Amino acid sequence: MIRFDQVSKRYPGGHEALSRLSFEIDRAEMVFLTGHSGAGKSTLLKLIMLMERPSQGQVFVNNQNLNRLTSRQIPQLRRQVGVVFQNHQLLFDRSVYDNVALPLVIEGYNPAEAGRRVRAALDKVGLLSKEKQNPIVLSGGEQQRVGIARAVVNKPKLLLADEPTGNLDPALSAEIMSLFQQFNDVGVTVMVASHDLALIRRMNKRVLGLANGELAHDGVLQHAANAETV
Amino acid sequence: MQRTQKRSNSRVAPAAAGASRGAAKPGGKNVRGGAKVYKTGWKDRWQGYLAHHQSSARDSLQRMLAAPVQSLMTWLVIAVALALPATLLVCLDNIQSLGQRWDGAPQITLFLNPRATERAIADLQRRLESRDDIDTVAYVSAADALKEFETESGMGNALRSLDTNPLPPTLLLTPSTDAAPAALSALGDSLGQQGLVDDVVFDRAWIERLHQILELGEQLAIALGGLLALGVLLVIGNTIRLSIESRRDEIVIVKLVGGTDAFVRRPFLYTGLWYGLGGGVLAMVLLSLLLLLLSGPVAMLADSYQSDFHLQGLGFGGGLLLIVSGALVGWLGAWLAVGRHLGDIEPQ
Ligand SMILES: Nc1ncnc2c1ncn2[C@@H]1O[C@H](COP(=O)(O)OP(=O)(O)OP(=O)(O)O)[C@@H](O)[C@H]1O
Ligand SMILES: [Mg+2]
Repeated sequence: MIRFDQVSKRYPGGHEALSRLSFEIDRAEMVFLTGHSGAGKSTLLKLIMLMERPSQGQVFVNNQNLNRLTSRQIPQLRRQVGVVFQNHQLLFDRSVYDNVALPLVIEGYNPAEAGRRVRAALDKVGLLSKEKQNPIVLSGGEQQRVGIARAVVNKPKLLLADEPTGNLDPALSAEIMSLFQQFNDVGVTVMVASHDLALIRRMNKRVLGLANGELAHDGVLQHAANAETV
Repeated sequence: MQRTQKRSNSRVAPAAAGASRGAAKPGGKNVRGGAKVYKTGWKDRWQGYLAHHQSSARDSLQRMLAAPVQSLMTWLVIAVALALPATLLVCLDNIQSLGQRWDGAPQITLFLNPRATERAIADLQRRLESRDDIDTVAYVSAADALKEFETESGMGNALRSLDTNPLPPTLLLTPSTDAAPAALSALGDSLGQQGLVDDVVFDRAWIERLHQILELGEQLAIALGGLLALGVLLVIGNTIRLSIESRRDEIVIVKLVGGTDAFVRRPFLYTGLWYGLGGGVLAMVLLSLLLLLLSGPVAMLADSYQSDFHLQGLGFGGGLLLIVSGALVGWLGAWLAVGRHLGDIEPQ
């Protein structure tokens, strides 16, 4: 589903955020991305969304070489990928419903079909009763769930999350993770960048550990000893 | 907030045709080498496309009406800019139609061959008089012309020293009043081909001068219109720039979830369109008010000259043109502003 082939990313300032990074993630896999602050987690996710372009190497999503995509083709790529951010990026000038419906409006779904899907997504994250509210009145955890509903409303095959539990307490974080787990259970490839090692360990999934832009760890985190190397 | 509530309600419409089709496609099914994935039929897409046009149009109008004073100011600026050249054009139109009332009967002078016999000339005169496109024909013989010249120019002595009369005999024609300019020039051509005729001269210099002045005025109006259209472009461009700036977050999110440039552009283009359209309509209103104010005094003035002249307005076509050009300029201004500023806004 995702393949990085000797990917380096150097920002205009000259800082190399990723260096010669190679890995592969299969379809329907669930992977955690971890590493110290500034290790390059967000940069990696941005390359997949084409929010940034690699300086070297190639990124494949769905067997598609992203280097070959022109800027006009970027929207098509982004429609295949759902994203969730720590600062959830909701619009406070419209209702929860309209926030979640946005990707469908963009894709030109007819309103009836869009309505059905938005309800299904909101139901999935347990917020069906809040569809008419403005997201600004919701709690942090609820806002994050609205963001997740928006990310999955058009049934993407790939779901990316950048620190989705950054501001949440442990119980809420676990709840969010179990949501991701549920999407993964129905075949969605999920990639979550997170600092929360305790939670990651409990999820018992493959972990990519970044350090200074290089891959320092690849595998399931089981023992406390392993965690040290991450 | 109330607005968006209403919008969401409208989408709660009971599910219809598309539902089952969409549901039949689970997450990862139609993957073809990562190529485009169509989740809905073209008919649904077309409907969705139209729906977005509709909601963009409605939304941008509502945003405008939510800040009525500011919008009204913009509309007024655009209206004044459009009304100025339009007023100038209407004035020119009226002057032209006033000119045409006197323009009806330009005189044509035929200079005849000096060796033509009186009989041949009388013959030609009769033939010309019988034509439909000629009203009257008057004959001035060479001798008469000389006499007239002597008394009017005061150069009689100089002429008398010549032993032959240098002046040719002439025929003075008045064409029918309803002759169009093109017909007149055709008439001139056909007269020039008569054997006796040496030269044809249209005696309407002042009318030509008036036409030249009107033409100049028209060019001035067009130049002014162009200049003011540029102003309108800038005004709308700036307004749209601010509007883009204030919706930056929304643009970033839309781009992030796969909104195309066209999608992002659409509401702003409608905003420009509404500004231009509103400005055009307001310009029409201003112009009509002005004409209404002037029509009384003008009619009174015309009356005192025993004329039934009355002010002409823009007419239906002209009004439509004014509104359409307003809308067009608005749309164009938005398009330019969007092209300049939207590219800067990318998700980071
Ligand atoms: N737009 C940018 N311009 C220049 N440098 C950048 C830019 N974005 C990130 N960087 C640098 O690249 C490095 C990797 O950043 P990145 O955001 O990927 O780290 P991260 O692993 O997500 O960190 P965190 O856990 O704090 O979010 C950092 O040193 C950062 O300063
Ligand atoms: Mg980060």
